[in-house]
Amino acid sequence: MTTLNIQTIRKQFPILDRVIHDYPLVYLDNAATTQKPYSVLGTLDHYYQHYNANIHRGIHTLAEEATAAYELARDKTQRFINAPKREEIIFVRNTTEAINLIAYTWAEQNIGEGDEILISELEHHSNIIPWQLVAKRKNALLKYIPITEDGDINYEAYEKLLSSKTKLVAITQASNVLGTIVDIPKISKLAHEKNALVLVDAAQSIPHRKVDVQQLRCDFLAFSGHKMYGPMGIGVLWARAELLEAMPPFLGGGEMIREVSWQSAKWNELPYKFEAGTPYVSGSIGLGAAIDFIESIGIDEIQKYEQELTSYALTTFEKFPDLTVYGPQERGAVIAFTHKEIHPHDLSALLDSEGGVATRSGHHCAMPLASKLGIHATCRISFGIYNTKDEIDIFFEALGKAEEAMQCKNCTIKNLPCCKLKKKHEITISN
Amino acid sequence: MHDIYREQILDHYKFPHNFGPIEDADLSHCEENPTCGDRICIDINWDNEKKVKDIHFHGHGCAISQASASMLTDKVLEENMNVESILKLAKEDILSMLGIQLSPIRLKCALLSLEVLQKTVKNLK
Repeated sequence: MTTLNIQTIRKQFPILDRVIHDYPLVYLDNAATTQKPYSVLGTLDHYYQHYNANIHRGIHTLAEEATAAYELARDKTQRFINAPKREEIIFVRNTTEAINLIAYTWAEQNIGEGDEILISELEHHSNIIPWQLVAKRKNALLKYIPITEDGDINYEAYEKLLSSKTKLVAITQASNVLGTIVDIPKISKLAHEKNALVLVDAAQSIPHRKVDVQQLRCDFLAFSGHKMYGPMGIGVLWARAELLEAMPPFLGGGEMIREVSWQSAKWNELPYKFEAGTPYVSGSIGLGAAIDFIESIGIDEIQKYEQELTSYALTTFEKFPDLTVYGPQERGAVIAFTHKEIHPHDLSALLDSEGGVATRSGHHCAMPLASKLGIHATCRISFGIYNTKDEIDIFFEALGKAEEAMQCKNCTIKNLPCCKLKKKHEITISN
Repeated sequence: MHDIYREQILDHYKFPHNFGPIEDADLSHCEENPTCGDRICIDINWDNEKKVKDIHFHGHGCAISQASASMLTDKVLEENMNVESILKLAKEDILSMLGIQLSPIRLKCALLSLEVLQKTVKNLK
């Protein structure tokens, strides 16, 4: 059992007081985006109210303060992922932009006709489409590392797919659908033996477990701030410095140059070579605050607690034969499922209207994976540090109410003993 | 709050009318809603006066998209529609047919069948 005081953590998230269709919000869509604590929200406010200025060039107090705070966020990010050098941290918009940056710079230089890019069947569209585009531009081949029936990476098949033609392995560390955790050190070791580089999509892992680029032994890492309690619109690309040095710039403009003449320019040093234009200063500072928030609890404590929640939910799922859960038993804090009689879309709509429970339904931006699983859509719940076992109980009760609403005669969840699912005013009365 | 899942909608969802493909249909067209993956196909046969003689739908999706397709195909047959009257159908017709209020996201589910139907007959024009 966790020693964390979850109620104290919950109090840091103002949005958790929202009432949805008369029910207290139960937010189980954390894999899409997490909610933001007061500390992050306050950091954004404080920046705009007290030291908003453009960074790096202004010779005035506000500009100096803003620059210092922006660069401090880079230091925090470096420490958080244990990057060897601070200039290896490039601020971008999100995971998608970080992956595209590599696809339009490193891949442009290093992938040629007949070369192979390996990605897995678990990937989100953000780690599929950029490589489809590279493959088309370069007449390269895009190959897929298959998954096993359980939804794990088939490492044997991966080893066989690797060859001297493989230039890049781009892979997620945690699946946003199946929750599969990928053994990145193993992926990296095998790829490096063939002189291929490894790009890790850490969007779904970084809020939930320690991500250490030196332990992962990867070459590129991409993640988003908004899935780790930070602001929307800030993301990070990490790459080894020597790779970044050799890469051509991505976007051209201010900040990324050192010297400009009418016809040519010299690029700025790292990381600024890849940060053209005025960046999302408050977003980076907010990301720093989100890292402080995570570290105030401890990422290992977060992982332990979310594992408790996930195991608790999986055990309850097993009680209901009408529900099918996809993915391996050992997984991250994500559970995608279907109901034998109710379409996922209707489930999500009813969980919202009958219980204030926020879930996600659809193909979760992983259409090839959905077709591999032989399903059109799933409903997905995903946990964050503020979720509780009571909320999981409420979710199952709301599933029962969805069955009632759909007049599902042979369904059994509706027979669950109740009642943690209560309207806001009923809770106030009983208290 | 589950007004959108009222009796008539659930009936059409569970026991859809005009469901399943028509073999050798005069016209046929499928569309997907990329945000949710719902898919609807519509098959049509014409009579000699270029009015709809038979119309079927098939595909998969949520209660709203499937019930809407079932009710829409009923409407086309009951009102003896032709290409012009089908192309005149608008969002409001679908909403009054369903008799429910929908959020913008669910509206896409409800309107998928109309989109497919109109694209199907446009192929003829």
